[in-house]
Amino acid sequence: MTNRESQNKLSKQTQLQTKDASVKKTVKKLMLIVFGMFGFGFAMVPLYDVFCDITGLNGKTSNVAASYKGVSIDTERTITVQFLTRTAKGIPWRFEPMINEVKVHPGERKIVKFYAKNESVSDIVGQAVPSVSPGRAAIYFQKIECFCFNNQPLKASEDVEMGLQFYVDLDLPDDVSTITLSYTLYDITSSVDS
Amino acid sequence: MTTDVINDQSEHDSHDGGHHDHKMTGLKRWLYTTNHKDIGSMYLWFSFIMFLTGGAMALVIRAELFQPGLQIVEPDFFNQMTTVHGLIMVFGAIMPAFTGLANWMLPMMVGAPDMALPRLNNWSFWILPFAFAILLSSFFMESGAPNFGWTFYAPLSTTYSNGSTAFFVFAVHIMGISSIMGAINIVVTIMNMRAPGMTYMKMPLFVWTFFITAYLLIAVMPVLAGTVTMVLTDTYFGTSFFDAAGGGDPVMFQHIFWFFGHPEVYIMILPAFGIVSTTIPAFSRKKLFGYSSMVYATASIAFLSFIVWAHHMFTTGMPLFGELFFMYCTMLIAVPTGVKVFNWAATMWRGSISFETPMLFSIAFVILFTIGGFSGLMLAMTPVDFQYHDTYFVVAHFHYVLVTGALFSIFAGAYYWLPKWTGYMYNDTLSKWHFWCSLVSVNLLFFPMHFLGLAGMPRRIPDYALQFADFNKWVSIGGFAFGLSQLIFLVLVIKCIKGGEKAPAKPWDGAEGLEWTVASPAPYHTFTTPPKID
Repeated sequence: MTNRESQNKLSKQTQLQTKDASVKKTVKKLMLIVFGMFGFGFAMVPLYDVFCDITGLNGKTSNVAASYKGVSIDTERTITVQFLTRTAKGIPWRFEPMINEVKVHPGERKIVKFYAKNESVSDIVGQAVPSVSPGRAAIYFQKIECFCFNNQPLKASEDVEMGLQFYVDLDLPDDVSTITLSYTLYDITSSVDS
Repeated sequence: MTTDVINDQSEHDSHDGGHHDHKMTGLKRWLYTTNHKDIGSMYLWFSFIMFLTGGAMALVIRAELFQPGLQIVEPDFFNQMTTVHGLIMVFGAIMPAFTGLANWMLPMMVGAPDMALPRLNNWSFWILPFAFAILLSSFFMESGAPNFGWTFYAPLSTTYSNGSTAFFVFAVHIMGISSIMGAINIVVTIMNMRAPGMTYMKMPLFVWTFFITAYLLIAVMPVLAGTVTMVLTDTYFGTSFFDAAGGGDPVMFQHIFWFFGHPEVYIMILPAFGIVSTTIPAFSRKKLFGYSSMVYATASIAFLSFIVWAHHMFTTGMPLFGELFFMYCTMLIAVPTGVKVFNWAATMWRGSISFETPMLFSIAFVILFTIGGFSGLMLAMTPVDFQYHDTYFVVAHFHYVLVTGALFSIFAGAYYWLPKWTGYMYNDTLSKWHFWCSLVSVNLLFFPMHFLGLAGMPRRIPDYALQFADFNKWVSIGGFAFGLSQLIFLVLVIKCIKGGEKAPAKPWDGAEGLEWTVASPAPYHTFTTPPKID
């Protein structure tokens, strides 16, 4: 092998090495994107919750009790609030509102009752999950006290009257005249036990 | 672009022995191969087998829908057919076919000896058959295969799953890993292995579209992996990401899924743009009109794909602002797509056009894909989407863009490069039969679906009202005709591999690109010394 040929070979080798290094660098960067996006998929869960909390999209209401202090009442407007209940698959409870709808002024405090009865022969823990329609009214629906803040254990054949204390925010958009509050009742016995 | 013609035959004999100088024989050659051409061929064959498998399922669906009422299959099995048909066609047929084309052509087009990560390449192919074996094995389980639609909406795939969710999730995980590895390989190859002098804006458009598609894959396949993982833990480990009882939200599933799902549909169409942007100039004997605008259009479509996902969920009760935002963003996509269609038309304008089979498929692509694009625009309009949502209009739309769009482009590419792959010209008569049979039957198959959808026939239902009977009969006839037409292609490819008229290095006189500077069939190793690009 002449001197020149071996030099050529050497420079080819260094070329290959720099190529290898840049390949590795690119792969590392791309792997970062892969892991980052995998994490982003999961990050969308809390982000979605925060987004819904702020905007009230999706009819999600706050899980925190609102305080009823210094709220003035707007007697000019009257809002119809309707109550709906349903039980999720597999929970043998009777669950219904004791009044189907009430008329309230924005800012006015109201108390309504819901009735639940465990119609099975076993003890069950239920959890009611609220949803408001239209969705954008959700952030204006303020719960001062709600049975949905806690789970509700009922022994076999036991029944209970559960209270909801709420008011409708004064800032409720003008075109909303009816708010529907829907509760779905779930059986969470197994997750409470564990 | 002018290039030095490389004499690869002599190159091949003299190069030093680190690599596979001698192919292994039999099964071992295919199991152990790190050669991009071998792996490309395997991808293409695998995708064709999956195409026939998924097609057979589509024929079960069409047989059931030939008449109103339930004749052939139970509703649950019908649901399994629609679900697995979708999964197989998306992840098993279209995507691997594109990866196969990328493997075969990208290194040759950029003047590289192989993909940058050959061993990874071998892995990304060989885990795929296992993914589909897992998915298809669920048919033989007591509970049956996934029946919740390829979109696996929670709670259908969680609370109401038939027990196949775990099989589905692991299959999708493996498919995702395979796609991500393939995509990383493509990006790394393009960024590091281009021949000296090939700047980014000198790359063939085919390379550009795969480059951008690979980035989309790297960005969204991990999100899909996350989604299926959440479905898995919701179903089997008591989490409640999508379960309202535990504080989760089933609508959130749709947001996360479509955040993956919408870029995914562009993953299946951008490479198609690359293929027809290669074939149309070749058979029009003109340069591609507006090369750089094509690059920018592709990039903008890729960007927009990330901010339009909720147009799949207009009926979930989004606020007006959300609906308007996603509607306008979706319509915006028509602009870069329109640029592309006009550029293809302008490339053909006053060109010296000849109608070889790749060109026929490409022209059919441009026209029929545009029809699919227009029905997409109709679906993008929020007010009317409430009527079209989940009807056969949607089915018609996405089959126009995926069958006459993506699939036709794959056929165009396959006919265009078959002489390079096999060294023989394909049988021209057979190819013309394949094209015309496919073209007539595919329109008989999918066009009446528009009317069915507008009239209100819902998708994914094994039965329908009597007034839909006539159209459904024609659709089913079209379906069987289209399915059988694809067997012509199978025969043609086998014949082309076995022999025929010898193909010259460049069988198409208008073709451009480095792949035509090497012999036909392409030698096992090409461009071990990089060509120089002026």
